[in-house]
Amino acid sequence: MSRLAIPKTYKLYIGGKFPRSESGRVYEVTSADGTFLANAAKASRKDARDAVVAARSAFSGWSGATAYNRGQVLYRIAELLEGRRAQFIAEIIESEGASPADAMAQVDDAIDSWVWYAGWADKYVQATGGANPVSGPYFNISVPEPTGVVAIVAPQGTGQGTGQQAAGSLLGLVNVVAPALVSGNTVVVIANEAAPLAAISLSEVLATSDVPGGVINILTGSPAEMAPWLASHADVNAIDLAGAGALDWVDLQIAAAETLMRVLPPEPGVPAASLDRISFFTETKTVWHTKGLI
Amino acid sequence: MTTTQLALRDRTQSLIGGEPSDANLNRYLHGIPGVDAVGLEQRAAGLGSRSIKTTSKAWALDRIISLIDLTTLEGADTPGKVRSLVAKAMTPDAADMSTPRVAAVCVYGDMVPYAVEALGSAHSAGRDDGINVAAVATAFPSGRASLAVKLSDTSDAVAAGADEIDMVIDRGAFLSGRYGQVFDEIVAVKEACRRADGSFAHLKVILETGELNTYDNIRRASWLAILAGGDFIKTSTGKVAPAATLPVTLSMLEVVRDWHRLTGVKIGVKPAGGIRASKDAIKYLVTVAETVGEEWLTPHLFRFGASSLLNDVLLQRQKMTSGHYSGPDYVTID
Repeated sequence: MSRLAIPKTYKLYIGGKFPRSESGRVYEVTSADGTFLANAAKASRKDARDAVVAARSAFSGWSGATAYNRGQVLYRIAELLEGRRAQFIAEIIESEGASPADAMAQVDDAIDSWVWYAGWADKYVQATGGANPVSGPYFNISVPEPTGVVAIVAPQGTGQGTGQQAAGSLLGLVNVVAPALVSGNTVVVIANEAAPLAAISLSEVLATSDVPGGVINILTGSPAEMAPWLASHADVNAIDLAGAGALDWVDLQIAAAETLMRVLPPEPGVPAASLDRISFFTETKTVWHTKGLI
Repeated sequence: MTTTQLALRDRTQSLIGGEPSDANLNRYLHGIPGVDAVGLEQRAAGLGSRSIKTTSKAWALDRIISLIDLTTLEGADTPGKVRSLVAKAMTPDAADMSTPRVAAVCVYGDMVPYAVEALGSAHSAGRDDGINVAAVATAFPSGRASLAVKLSDTSDAVAAGADEIDMVIDRGAFLSGRYGQVFDEIVAVKEACRRADGSFAHLKVILETGELNTYDNIRRASWLAILAGGDFIKTSTGKVAPAATLPVTLSMLEVVRDWHRLTGVKIGVKPAGGIRASKDAIKYLVTVAETVGEEWLTPHLFRFGASSLLNDVLLQRQKMTSGHYSGPDYVTID
């Protein structure tokens, strides 16, 4: 007896919940060779706005958690991802047309990336802040602090190998989201438009992990449609244009400048894991303190 | 007994066919047709689904601001808090001076002098333009005090310069069927609203719908408050959940509509508590316009009792003028 397959409708991930797009729109996700894989929600600017509200309300809790705790939470994501490797490998093979070996390598790299960034949570402050030398009877200390809500355009495209936008749909997302989270920022990320399945499956992992709702918000749909609204949004503190190379990203920078937003320019391919990406989304607070009454 | 009280008594007598005693009021109020709860909620949901965009939305946002009773009713209120509330009432958005002012500031009775002082020449004090000072009185929010205390609470606030008095009804008496007592209290408080020059402070009667349990009770309480001479009927104190909801406000508006048809007198309605988003407030505007008519969308006949609503409206307003989303950093913290 033949069985009718049940294709999954992938939804957005906003504030720890899985809503459909406010606009009611969906778009077809196809494999690299054009066969239908699933319907994904096509988020609108209002979904982006709701995501920013969710991210803002999660910010005080996430940035207020101890660095050690944030590290544990990020490490927990890696643990859960390890248990669902097969699903991610299958999705990457389907949607990117990657070879099983490449897909497996991408998932392994993504898991390792979570672990690498989790380790930085209670160490980046020592690496990027510190005591400043002063010629007076007081201490002068610089401390990096999270900047707030970070909007991210994840690496786009499904091309394999060396193209301008050859982007792993899972690794590309992890390598832009994780560094922003380390210092306590909350994130609104526009997933890979052509290959969003791994991103939404990741959100299902996040929903069952220890990450508080609203800390990571994942939108699927058109970056060209949503990025301008996020770039001009007065309640977004920084924007990572990693995957916006194909957009008119100079205009996005101009819009972002209106509200003094930090802008990280586009990068070809998958950004490498680096401390710079962590420290970019921090603001340094410098304070002085008396040496004590002797 | 004064002439206004006598006139009120005459009107009530001719309507309910006798003295406003427990028995007569009971017979009258229980003779009012019951509320179709499912129909009411469906109607409210339908009215809440209208799409209000662009110029209509811009109009609605400005109108909402001009209908707000900007409220602070905390045990921790200080003269300074009241002054900053008044500053916000006078200049809701310092970055855009075309923003309308709110209708009134609503404070506890002992804060009225500070509100009046802070308003200065912006205080309406009987004029049509300007900002009113509303004071909650009669042992707000519970209403559990003797009548003498409630009356002196009211007259104190009026003497201090309050233009509007928000009184609470005795829900205990209402729920146990002592309608005459509730009626007499409202009449007495109305009399305590009299100023030295013979004019009256506006009286808003808070029904505290969250404690009345049924739509039928809410309808009866609305009739009772209007019969007794309330100028406004107000849903809630904001201290009890659920506070204002759209179906409750709709049913109160229906009473106001019926009263207008019956007597030609326009009574105001004030939903209060729990209205935080402009989207919700717009639903109320639609409900008012569709139930009693657009002429009710003036500060004399409709108010929002709210504190955080104003900031959300300002954010929406900034979005409409600037073309991009605004954030809480661009409005005052209160």
